[in-house]
Amino acid sequence: MMPSLNEYLMLSAVLFAIGTAGVFVRRNLITILLSIEIMLNAVNLTFVAFGRALGSVDGQIIVFFVMTVAAAEAAVGLAIVISLYRHRESLNPDSFTSLKW
Amino acid sequence: MTLFYVFGAVAVVASLLVIAQRNPIYSVLLLIASFGALSGLYVLLEAPFVAVIQIIVYAGAIMVLFLFVVMLLNAPHEQTEQDERSFALMRSGPMRFGGFLAVALALELIWALSNGRGLGVLGPGAGPASVASIGRSLFTDYAFAFEVTSVLILVAMVGAVVLARRGE
Repeated sequence: MMPSLNEYLMLSAVLFAIGTAGVFVRRNLITILLSIEIMLNAVNLTFVAFGRALGSVDGQIIVFFVMTVAAAEAAVGLAIVISLYRHRESLNPDSFTSLKW
Repeated sequence: MTLFYVFGAVAVVASLLVIAQRNPIYSVLLLIASFGALSGLYVLLEAPFVAVIQIIVYAGAIMVLFLFVVMLLNAPHEQTEQDERSFALMRSGPMRFGGFLAVALALELIWALSNGRGLGVLGPGAGPASVASIGRSLFTDYAFAFEVTSVLILVAMVGAVVLARRGE
């Protein structure tokens, strides 16, 4: 007995909502970036589940591209976090209110 | 079927704990557990190559980068006036609104998925996708996107080096 496609999609929806909640609720730049990773993984699960249901490898190939974007986003995002921390000694996004200092 | 629920429960619980932790190091380690469970789900979906890549690239490379930055910054705890131990929906202003929005999103998606006609049971399938077929498709149909990806990685690398450089 295989689980149906709907169950995979529901699991993916729950994971995506958890990531969204993390972005909204947390006040720590690193945890917000981790929440974005949760959302990207929920989308990856959807791609693989649909690829399995449609019987093609295209879903898995899109997952590689999503992972590449996630790696680039993590590298640039963490570099920005380090740069901000040097200026303000804080990871709270509410303390970054000016465009220039 | 049972394995699906085990892996799904581990992924959901670990992800919930990720956003509930106050210490980012625990968040990163729990996220690695969540990625391990997702990797198991990929094996169940007959995508073993994606499962391996998930462990090697995500848990092995990206999360180590996060862990490295957390330890480099050495600022483990959130600095807010709000009591972090209070439930998120009880807090004031935009946080409560955002929490409600996220719960509403989850309920809406589950409602929409459970009210649909149903996308049917996954059939027996053609067996695990071979690495050869993935590579063939990647270097023929998706060759252009693959090459553009290399430019993206290069730009991200240059951007990270420039941004994290210590001032002149």
